Amino acid sequence: MKSNRHVAIIGNGISGVTCARQLRKLDDNVRITLISGESKYFFSRTALMYVFMGHMKFEHTQPYEPWFWEKNRIDLKEDWVNEVDFENSTLNFQSGESLAYDDLVIATGSKPNKFGWPGEDLQGVQGLYSKQDLESMEKITEKGVNRAIIVGGGLIGIEMAEMLSYKKIPVTFLVREKRFWDNILPKEEAELVGRHILEHHIDLKLDTELKEIQSNQNGQVKSVITSAGEEIQCQFVGLTAGVKPNVDFLRETDLEVNRGVKVDSYFRTNIPNVYAIGDCAEFHEAPGEDRKTVEQVWYTGRMHGETLAYTINGKPTAYQPGVWFNSAKFLDIEYQTYGTVPPQWKEDEVNSFYWEAPNGKVAFRMLSAKDGRILGVNNFGFRLDHAFFDKAIKGKWQADQVISKLQKGMFDPEFFAPYHIEIQKAYQKASGRTVQIAKKSFIQKLFGASV
Amino acid sequence: MKLIQKIGLILFLVGITVFTVLPFLGNYTLTETQVRENTKDIHTEKMIEILAPMYGQKYSSNFSFLTDFNKHFNEYNDQLKDQALWDQVIWDDYSFPLAKTALASPVSDNPWLFLFLSVGLAALGGLLYNLPKYQGEPEGVKNNGVFKSSMKNRGWMGMLTGAYLILFYVILYWFPAYLVNLVAMVDPLSVILSGNPASQWFLYGFIYTLAIIVMGVRMFRKYRGNKYQQLRTASVMFFQTAFAFLIPEILVLFNQPYFDFKNIWPLDYDFFYDYQIDTFLSSGGVGMFMLIWGILLIIIGVPLFTYFFGKRWYCSWVCGCGGLAETVGDPYRQLSDKSLKAWKYERYIIHGVLVLAVGMTLLTIVNYFSGFALLGNVTNQLHSFYGFAIGSVFAGVVGTGFYPFMGNRVWCRFGCPLAAYLGIVQRFKSRFRITTNGGQCISCGNCSTYCEMGIDVRWYAQRGQNIVRSSCVGCGVCSSVCPRGVLKLENGSEEGRINELPIIIGNDSIKLNN
Repeated sequence: MKSNRHVAIIGNGISGVTCARQLRKLDDNVRITLISGESKYFFSRTALMYVFMGHMKFEHTQPYEPWFWEKNRIDLKEDWVNEVDFENSTLNFQSGESLAYDDLVIATGSKPNKFGWPGEDLQGVQGLYSKQDLESMEKITEKGVNRAIIVGGGLIGIEMAEMLSYKKIPVTFLVREKRFWDNILPKEEAELVGRHILEHHIDLKLDTELKEIQSNQNGQVKSVITSAGEEIQCQFVGLTAGVKPNVDFLRETDLEVNRGVKVDSYFRTNIPNVYAIGDCAEFHEAPGEDRKTVEQVWYTGRMHGETLAYTINGKPTAYQPGVWFNSAKFLDIEYQTYGTVPPQWKEDEVNSFYWEAPNGKVAFRMLSAKDGRILGVNNFGFRLDHAFFDKAIKGKWQADQVISKLQKGMFDPEFFAPYHIEIQKAYQKASGRTVQIAKKSFIQKLFGASV
Repeated sequence: MKLIQKIGLILFLVGITVFTVLPFLGNYTLTETQVRENTKDIHTEKMIEILAPMYGQKYSSNFSFLTDFNKHFNEYNDQLKDQALWDQVIWDDYSFPLAKTALASPVSDNPWLFLFLSVGLAALGGLLYNLPKYQGEPEGVKNNGVFKSSMKNRGWMGMLTGAYLILFYVILYWFPAYLVNLVAMVDPLSVILSGNPASQWFLYGFIYTLAIIVMGVRMFRKYRGNKYQQLRTASVMFFQTAFAFLIPEILVLFNQPYFDFKNIWPLDYDFFYDYQIDTFLSSGGVGMFMLIWGILLIIIGVPLFTYFFGKRWYCSWVCGCGGLAETVGDPYRQLSDKSLKAWKYERYIIHGVLVLAVGMTLLTIVNYFSGFALLGNVTNQLHSFYGFAIGSVFAGVVGTGFYPFMGNRVWCRFGCPLAAYLGIVQRFKSRFRITTNGGQCISCGNCSTYCEMGIDVRWYAQRGQNIVRSSCVGCGVCSSVCPRGVLKLENGSEEGRINELPIIIGNDSIKLNN
């Protein structure tokens, strides 16, 4: 690659920014422009909820100080891209300006799903994805909201519920499925989270869908009608039934777009020198057995950016994700997952071991194949070490071996309850096989918390 | 807010108001006998003469009394200074003991009552306010509304609190004579503990300890369910109450030198001063033990403990300054500056103070063994400069008064010479590090925001890099507030302590030569 090329990146989320940073590391001369109309500086989208709840100021969500961009010669352009002129390799902005590029990276992220519900565009109805969404939510909930409805039981939904609860606004949570997030979580885990939601006095209505949003005479939301025919008065509706690639401005161009921008495993689109990464990219083929064609997770966005930088830099590098991992926090309960833990599995192919602490807030699940090798784990209310499980799953360790060494896989702070001992005992009992059970350390006996 | 909390808040405000008003109560009458009893022999005759016009006069406030006292006293001294008769100038400050003995007020008549009405009510109110916090809520650390709070985000309430603290420190350090009413209030308590009447430092130590206890209870509530924070808070509460407050006073009761066994040079900067050494050497076995204990802590305790546990064993588990910062200062921890620029200043300033403390101590020791031939009187001036600039202004006025402006560890971060010493050991030779959980960081910024030492924890966490920094006091709050369970404080083997992974776990696309 010629070193003085100009790489334009649309979108300064984790994918775009990682790509820009990695590119600069690899090449000192390439010209890089990061474009975003949402905010001049990169911020952590996942932290928007903490700004709302007063844990942080918006500035705190920006991982780099303003001088960082200048120092690394990454030009920031604060504008919205109206259209991409692929023929002339030029971007046309809302401000009327335009910018020529040699390589284009599309990293425009997602936007909240809407399914054509009546009233979905009323005032007081919104999703939560962008900085603008946050500002809108802050404005609407300033006063006069006596009840809020959240539609869709996923991670953004529960975050929104927590945010509204902070403002002491009563929340009704409409979840289509029988259990919370049960398209991802197995039954026991989904129930654990469901109980915790109720513990926070959030009115969780399972097996319930949104039918219609009704307005008052000012075009503001007044109530919703559920699939059960119930009408609930409310002044705010959060739509959190997933997100979809934010690519509408690219439709009806030469670029191949389906749900997202179609890419191969090198993030190449059908147009030369145009790439797409992050939430808005759709692979022709899923990058792994248990992977989806559209990956909409912070961590995968980071890896897309990291990988693409190599390709642009002239070392074509295919995207090869390692062992899957993810994490979240459901109100007060932390959740991590490593490897493959689907919501359901075939009993004759997969062994499942599940342990839950008596308080019902700490849980561990491990799936293993019939030949004993570990497939994946879910953990709630305590912390497991990423490196340990990455190694175990990649190395196809036997389940017994993982459990015997569990102490090494713990990531809880000092003095915390030795959950691994309880898990080892429970595993031994459930499987009938002997595993090595750790002993409490002297300090743990003296000061440690009990399970 | 619950009713009990409201009552607590009211009691606290009443207590603070009484505390603030007390210094202005009562009247002052000075007699010749009092002057005779409260001045050094060499000054007695002179002081009796200087203050003669004041005898028998009834002053209705501390202002009128001290104004008159200063007028007479300064007139005498200024005259001598004009004539350059330096050796006849009276350098001792007699305003505090004379004001205290001349005082006649309801407070000195009923010390226990007023102690209860001021400090007692404030502490009780604080407990009533803190104990019911988060009741009926599931366990979990929440920083809800911190940046929307006027108290915790440099709003008017924070400014007012800071101003009040600064004013209190300025009066306490340089104009204690105005506080004799407050000191009189704790006299009986001091007599019980040490057999002696109270000084302003006893008053300060008492309030300091109580503040750590009351706000320690707040820590227990806020971090309930977090064993690390609970134990750490209990530890600083214990060390402050026992080692910093009770034991030194009780030592005095048994005619031993006043000594805080956990205060280590160079934080305890007068440890090697001639009068300290004299005290140790003249107090028999116990004094000798204190001297040796102090030296062992410096040359063996600090490096050894820091090697095994990091500097946290001291800064956030034992130290009194740390104890106050971790309890009273906890609501302000998010105000520390995380910019790279602040870090640059920090390294120059804190190591500058360390160099100053070491230099000064070396001079003192050399001077001591040379029979004061080296410096003569300059030693005293050097000591008083250091004591003023570092001991009083930096550690006291800025250190605590600036909580609501610049966070709770301004002193520890920028000024403490012991922290600098511990930090050097921690940075280069220690088993302590904060580890990050593979690729699980979402760069949300909670860790950096709540780091009281101004470390940009996220900078490391989002790279999957261990955090090895000399300033980290190991408070563990980054780990507590992380919503993804990414951070953990660890003592492990030195190998692999510093890791710089260019690519973090989860991406097999890029192979690195390792």
